[in-house]
Amino acid sequence: MSLLEVKNLHVEIEGKKILNGLTLTVEKGKVHAIMGPNGSGKSTLAYVLAGKDDYEVTEGEVLLDGENVLEMEPDERAAKGIFLAFQYPMEIPGVATMTFLRTALNAQRKRRGESELTIPQFMKQVKETAGKLQIDMDMLKRGVNVGFSGGEKKRNEILQMAMLAPRLAVLDETDSGLDIDALKIVADGVNALRSPDRGMIVITHYQRLLNYIVPDVVHVMAKGRVVKTGGKELALELEAHGYAEYREAAE
Amino acid sequence: MTADVRQIRTAAEQALAGAFSDLKPRLVGAERERADAFRMFEEAGLPHRRVEEWKYTDLRALMREAKPLAGKPGKTALDSALAAAKGAGVLAGVDARRLVVVNGTFVPELSDTKNLEAGLSIVSLSDALARNDGAASGIGQTVPTKDVAVALNTAFMTDGVIVRVADGAKIARPIVVAYVFTGDAAATFTRSMVSLGNDAALTLVETFEGPAGVDYQVNTALDAVVGDRAHFDHVKIGRDGGKALHLGTTMARVGAEARMHDFAFTTGSAVTRNQVFLNVIGDDSKVAINGGNLLKDRQHVDTTLVVDHGSLGCESRELFKHVLDDESRGIFQGKIIVQPGAQKTDGKMASHALLLSESAEADNKPELEIFADDVVCGHGATAGALDEELLFYLMARGIPKKESEALLIQSFVGEAIETIEHEGVREALLELAAEWLKARG
Repeated sequence: MSLLEVKNLHVEIEGKKILNGLTLTVEKGKVHAIMGPNGSGKSTLAYVLAGKDDYEVTEGEVLLDGENVLEMEPDERAAKGIFLAFQYPMEIPGVATMTFLRTALNAQRKRRGESELTIPQFMKQVKETAGKLQIDMDMLKRGVNVGFSGGEKKRNEILQMAMLAPRLAVLDETDSGLDIDALKIVADGVNALRSPDRGMIVITHYQRLLNYIVPDVVHVMAKGRVVKTGGKELALELEAHGYAEYREAAE
Repeated sequence: MTADVRQIRTAAEQALAGAFSDLKPRLVGAERERADAFRMFEEAGLPHRRVEEWKYTDLRALMREAKPLAGKPGKTALDSALAAAKGAGVLAGVDARRLVVVNGTFVPELSDTKNLEAGLSIVSLSDALARNDGAASGIGQTVPTKDVAVALNTAFMTDGVIVRVADGAKIARPIVVAYVFTGDAAATFTRSMVSLGNDAALTLVETFEGPAGVDYQVNTALDAVVGDRAHFDHVKIGRDGGKALHLGTTMARVGAEARMHDFAFTTGSAVTRNQVFLNVIGDDSKVAINGGNLLKDRQHVDTTLVVDHGSLGCESRELFKHVLDDESRGIFQGKIIVQPGAQKTDGKMASHALLLSESAEADNKPELEIFADDVVCGHGATAGALDEELLFYLMARGIPKKESEALLIQSFVGEAIETIEHEGVREALLELAAEWLKARG
């Protein structure tokens, strides 16, 4: 069974059609890149997978391990293993990242009928993960993302992803606003999380990120659906020729 | 010829007038102050919505009857007060000196007045008034006001604590005054005074508690005089019973290069009016008046501040956070006055309301009266629902909706609570906010 199956997905926001019959299959152990011009619906797909309720699904199905997730609340989807790394991570003053992470992790475990992590277990795991991502532990005692630079926010997203160990990770423009050093740290973090049980969708406008996170499959989106699927060489082709031909193909 | 502009007295006003003459024998000391204050009340009557300062809190309508003055607490009252104080344990984990006032009467047996730190003195207001030895002198003169709640307090004050900190004495252990109400519906008028000498320091916490189903009336006031370079932290925790009417006033006069931080936290009472009248008379002082209110049902909390800058180079900060559920109402009226000579004043005032229900209401009325030309003053007010984007972020991490909301509310009100300097008191208030959120379910 495929990890994720998106079938003929139609999505509107305030009456405006964004996704027009998008179909996509993600296999376990694979990294899928989704590329496409601005406005092609890439971020909408990410939000719809995570369950943001501004979007109205008018047609289609989203199956995770064969189970329809469209009726589930975002927290339920998270517990089922869907993780979205936000393009613009939110700031939450007064809630320490540590508290936030532990609350999230234990809420998910509780929902799955697993026991809560003890504080020492949790601390050990955070310390190790934060170390790899070069995140200072003191930062995690402060409000979530408060006073963080763009790069720190993105690293914090990857830290959350590592801690929550999702089945399907969706990375929405994780490269935006990162300089090359920060990009490498983030990419290393993501690569470390590649696993035979886990699928990933890496959404990006540029090919650059894919030099560091090498995808197994590349999809091109235009006008709200997937218009071409290929191997990693497709990304290089796009870099060379641009998106113009796909815009026309989607017309 | 004088014309009586107030023709009809309400039942409550008549009852108060009757009580004032009947209770003369019980209202010991400060006869002149009491008489002057009562005259002030008689001239003005209970304030109503056409009185600008009280436009959101129509006391005449809210106080349909004046409850009889609470009697001196008997054994039953003391026992239940003790149980209440123990059970509540708001600040149980905080190392503090505890003083207890039950039904408007200071209770020495329940209060810790032994082994006072050097430079600290504590006497009860009733003792000071009875002895007439000057310990209570200056009462009502901290910040002259014609406010009716204060006038009634001065006229009827029965007891409270008088805390004096000598020049240079820095009292590390906070003093907690627990005002407890027990028994049937009645009225209490408590008055306390704090005076900090030059270079002195003190943290004073006042807590108010009482039974949920009794419509008792609390009128409490604090006079605070803060000396030069002194440091005064005042935290007021309003947890009166859900049917209570609470009128509270803090009047403070702040000297030069001093610091004062006033914080009010309210989750109790049907109606609360928290007033702070603060005069900054010395140069280069810093004052902050902050607060957090967590309200539900039809609770009403009116915070009314007047900060009067009369000196050079002072800074004032006001930050209020109101969490409003159900049909509750949060009101903020803040006035900053900058007198003609008060150059280089730096004032910033903010009031933010988080509306958890469509029927909740927030009213903000900031006022700046600036008579000097070289000042920086500003104010901001917001009212809104929980941020949907933030809520989605938390839920997308697997945190259920109610829990995500609770975290965001905690974050919202936490920003104000974090300004409290004393760690134990700060943690206790964060805990109280968490309890409130848990009870919300």
